[in-house]
Amino acid sequence: MAEHREGAGQAGQLSEHGHPAKEIHQLDRVVIRFAGDSGDGMQLTGDRFTSETAQLGNDISTLPNFPAEIRAPAGTLPGVSSFQVAFADYDILTPGDAPNVLVAMNPAALKANIADLPKGGTIIVNTDEFTKRNLAKVGYEANPLEDDSLAGWDVHKVGLTSMTVGALAELPVSKKDAERAKNMFALGLLSWLYSRPHESTMAFLEKKFAARPELVAANKAAFNAGWNFGETTEGFAVRYEVPPAQMAPGNYRNITGNTALALGLVAAGVKAQLPVLLGAYPITPASDILHELSKHKKLGVTTVQAEDEIAAIGVALGAAYGGALGITTTSGPGVALKGETISLAVALELPLVIVDVQRAGPSTGLPTKTEQADLNMALFGRHGEAPVAVVAAQSPVDCFHAAIEACRIALKYRTPVILLSDGYVANGSEPWLLPEISELPDLRVEYATGPNGDDGKFYPYLRDPETMARPWAVPGTPGLEHRIGGLEKADKTGDISYDPANHDFMVRTRAARIEAIDVPDIAVEDPSGEAKVLVLGWGSTYGPIGAASRALRQRGVNVAQAHLRHLSPLPKNLGEVLASYDKVVIPEMNLGQLAHVIRARFLIDVVGYNQVRGLPFTSTQLETMLEEVIKNV
Amino acid sequence: MSNALPVQLSAKDFKSDQEVRWCPGCGDYAILAAMQTFLPELGIPRERTVFVSGIGCSSRFPYYLNTYGMHSIHGRAPAIATGLSVSRPDLTVWVVTGDGDALSIGGNHLIHALRRNVNIKILLFNNKIYGLTKGQYSPTSEIGKVTKSTPTGSSDAPFNPISLALGAEASFVARTIDSDRKHLQSVLRQAAEHQGSAFVEIYQNCNIFNDGAFEVLKDPETRDAYLIRLEHGQPITFGKDGSHVVTHPAGSFGLAVSEADQVDAGEVLTHDAHAEDPAYAFALSRLAGPDLRHTPVGVFRSVRRPSYDELVRNQLDAAKAKAGEPEADLAALLNSGDTWTIL
Repeated sequence: MAEHREGAGQAGQLSEHGHPAKEIHQLDRVVIRFAGDSGDGMQLTGDRFTSETAQLGNDISTLPNFPAEIRAPAGTLPGVSSFQVAFADYDILTPGDAPNVLVAMNPAALKANIADLPKGGTIIVNTDEFTKRNLAKVGYEANPLEDDSLAGWDVHKVGLTSMTVGALAELPVSKKDAERAKNMFALGLLSWLYSRPHESTMAFLEKKFAARPELVAANKAAFNAGWNFGETTEGFAVRYEVPPAQMAPGNYRNITGNTALALGLVAAGVKAQLPVLLGAYPITPASDILHELSKHKKLGVTTVQAEDEIAAIGVALGAAYGGALGITTTSGPGVALKGETISLAVALELPLVIVDVQRAGPSTGLPTKTEQADLNMALFGRHGEAPVAVVAAQSPVDCFHAAIEACRIALKYRTPVILLSDGYVANGSEPWLLPEISELPDLRVEYATGPNGDDGKFYPYLRDPETMARPWAVPGTPGLEHRIGGLEKADKTGDISYDPANHDFMVRTRAARIEAIDVPDIAVEDPSGEAKVLVLGWGSTYGPIGAASRALRQRGVNVAQAHLRHLSPLPKNLGEVLASYDKVVIPEMNLGQLAHVIRARFLIDVVGYNQVRGLPFTSTQLETMLEEVIKNV
Repeated sequence: MSNALPVQLSAKDFKSDQEVRWCPGCGDYAILAAMQTFLPELGIPRERTVFVSGIGCSSRFPYYLNTYGMHSIHGRAPAIATGLSVSRPDLTVWVVTGDGDALSIGGNHLIHALRRNVNIKILLFNNKIYGLTKGQYSPTSEIGKVTKSTPTGSSDAPFNPISLALGAEASFVARTIDSDRKHLQSVLRQAAEHQGSAFVEIYQNCNIFNDGAFEVLKDPETRDAYLIRLEHGQPITFGKDGSHVVTHPAGSFGLAVSEADQVDAGEVLTHDAHAEDPAYAFALSRLAGPDLRHTPVGVFRSVRRPSYDELVRNQLDAAKAKAGEPEADLAALLNSGDTWTIL
């Protein structure tokens, strides 16, 4: 790859073990994909490699890819789980279009991933699993390690299982436990190959297996065996270094989108000085937010695992009525079920945050694969005129800030807010420059404490002239007893009203108050100022669009990029921005939902670029597509 | 108004300024009046009392009480009330629902609120018909019921709400009747005092679509033979001058009704609402047949087990005991795990 440039080596030294030290080549970027059976521990291996790499100071981006089945039949194609990590000495936006290195723990992993590995790439393969039976399971008629079908690649045949078992022969662990440690052997080998620090993995193993010291010893031994194998074998003549990236000073940690989103919700509660109540029903790929939030009682977070999606949002709404920051987290199928309650929250004008970690639909679809096809549902998917605010997260780290923004809008404007994430940003990870708490926005709002009418009475639907929000009068406040509900309410008093003019007024008011939400202008990245084509995105396409735009500019092709955080209301300057370019291109992982909105709203003939493969765009495909559009302007 | 307890309030204080819009003659009026005169007894300030309802005739109830209230959506009141109750232990939360709201569209939320033992009081107005949608059969309508949607009679077997609540592990289960204010208030009082979920089925007459559904329990000619009043610690007798008794025949899972003079006094069952084994209350709930003969009213079951609210609160309190300044704790949380520093 163009970015895979090699630097000066340092050959000829002796290693501490007395072997001739291997030549070291410097690279600026590497993409590794660990692939194996669902039970092989590939996600954990990838996580550990990522953590080691982060500690070294590289910029990182990761892409886990796993089946919906917990344990699909062993050794089959549907059971393959993989974890791709890109790391570089500069800031990167995506986990890489294609790996440079494929670690294949079995024939299924090889077969499922080989098409993604460009010729010349490195394959490290566990030969022990290439048995007749395993080959037959995935339809290999001949062993690909023994014919010339892998001729174009740099193949390293390693008996990962047998060498691990051999290395642990003296330790008091069962054969099964020894075999299970083969992922640590692979991790040790890769850590050696790319000169990664191993201290954090040692510490991790001590913590993970604290209750079973024999497993700590076994996994450490497997890791060291893999490391030493790299150092001693003739099979690897060269090892690599990727120097640290130039990154802003500060404290960092590697974070997935789901964890960042959960922490953003916790932070919002702290900055609002409100208790947080999450109502949730487990659903892929959102459940990790529930898991994370359930740990933070100390910071005032209550989690209720409800009996269903409808109850989950009901619980959150009930808590919001009582004055808490009410949140529900789910994926698309859950949002569909919550629609009636979101509509109630629109009528009640209470703060509520609905997190939709989108996955591929319709119906159960591809539960572990990503998609952006819930935008229409977020914007329009309710009965009646039921407008809500919609916010989208663009990267794993951005999930933290998007969560705070969703809570800000919900609290300040007393409205349901739908926060859109997706499987790609939810499970992907990147380094996070940890923010100072004092720099996070102050989200405090006031409850109503007394009458708000000139006549000394309390009017539950008398609005704040600036925000158009009604008072948040929580039960327990003396003198403000009032009734609210889903029936249409009279302006100001909130009494039941069937008056036609009042209904028309209230419908228009609910629409106007969403439009009146103060959202920042959209920023445009157009370094040359001469671009004629604007690429507009929203949500998780930020990484691939950004990488493609950068690649084009590096080649002297001008392109402008803008990314929407707010989808409802849209930024006030959006129309002006769109009108100042000859062409607007919108790549989306759906069939053109944002494009439809933009066309309808601004009467601009945007170019849609759409893909629904359950996988993010590659930057290369966007680069090619954009160049084509630019050429034809 | 002061926050100090007890608060001296009257029924008038609990009447809202909204015009009551049930059909004239509806049983709901009697329940509302009973509630408005009962609430002052509790000595709980109005602002700490919340009524949450779903959809249906009964669910208009909150509008007519000068407390906090939410008229929500069909079937979901127990879920919304759960969120409110768990996050606000200082409030007294009532759920008002009907046979369609609680047992049909909201069946799932009802059973889960009861099994969790959320500290909410659920009043199920059972009139065995859909009133607000103008007369379709409900999940408590008897088989064969002719309604607008079942012109040749319903084929649906009904729920027995008391049996259902017991099966859902409810810790407090009672039944009363709209027209008997004294009994109604006595059951409400016990429900209000119960820690955890209280489930009260109130037989309520819909005089438009299902008039007289419970008439045999009210008519002086029939009620003595049909109605069994349960009193904790008292022998279960009914009928004119205690003519009939309830017994537990040997070798039977169920209970039986006998003429008093046919059995020894020792065989008459003494009502024990606090019996740990719910099988007893369940057997009581099966005494009445489809014709309502031998319908027990009163508290079937009242046992103490930790409420969901308490258990959640205990965990929160334990965690908060270790809490420091929130922003410092938040900073520590964000900086936890594998971190590194770039200088």
